[in-house]
Amino acid sequence: MAALNFHFDIDGEDFSSAGEASVEMKKKLRQLGFPSDVIRRCSIAMYEGEINMVIHANGGSADVAVYPDKIVIVLEDHGPGIPDVELAMQEGYSTSTEQIRNMGFGAGMGLPNMKRYTESLEIETQVGVGTKLTMVVAV
Amino acid sequence: MQLRQIAELLRARVLSSEHMLDTEVQNAFCCDMMSDVLAFASNQSVLLTGLLNPQVVRTAMMMDMHCIVFVNGKEPTPEIVSLADINDIVVMVTEASMFRAAGTLFDTGLLNTEEE
Repeated sequence: MAALNFHFDIDGEDFSSAGEASVEMKKKLRQLGFPSDVIRRCSIAMYEGEINMVIHANGGSADVAVYPDKIVIVLEDHGPGIPDVELAMQEGYSTSTEQIRNMGFGAGMGLPNMKRYTESLEIETQVGVGTKLTMVVAV
Repeated sequence: MQLRQIAELLRARVLSSEHMLDTEVQNAFCCDMMSDVLAFASNQSVLLTGLLNPQVVRTAMMMDMHCIVFVNGKEPTPEIVSLADINDIVVMVTEASMFRAAGTLFDTGLLNTEEE
């Protein structure tokens, strides 16, 4: 079945705007009438990804495909890539700076949270080239 | 408990969304790390924090929270207040510390998690 697609550009220049795309997506999912727990899981997963892209990769893009039975969120950036995915998936592991931690992020919960709130999380990454995350949330 | 009562208990100044003060809440969560709010809060309606930036409001929105209490008299910027206001989130400021504010609310029966 054809999906309803939404595209968002994530601005990496301004940390204070980080999260705006996730807020927009949440509003669209609410308008489409999805159950609140589905909306929340999508929102948290995308928000974590969006914050990560701003912190680590100078922004990127998000594409959300909405199906009746699932929501697929693809986040893509041209940042530094993730050298050790297994390590990055460990709760508490973070390469964030003190400045980012002072802003309330960088606790090493981003990727683990994305996995926690989604049915599947696929990570394609290449050092020096970028990272593509594909997350699926079942409805 | 209504948000109005929380403001009274904490002697807090309400800065946004006053029309939402009759909202009933049962749970609260205290944290300065927004990553931890996203990881560990579940169905909490009130966020007590000492962190001041717009991501506090966006995090609260992601978690469907109704109220943010800034502790230690920390004054949010107009940008933070305005973002909360347009999204129907009540922002209040209390002079109480995080520990005292949490203790006061806990004493009155506000819980930490929905399971309690």
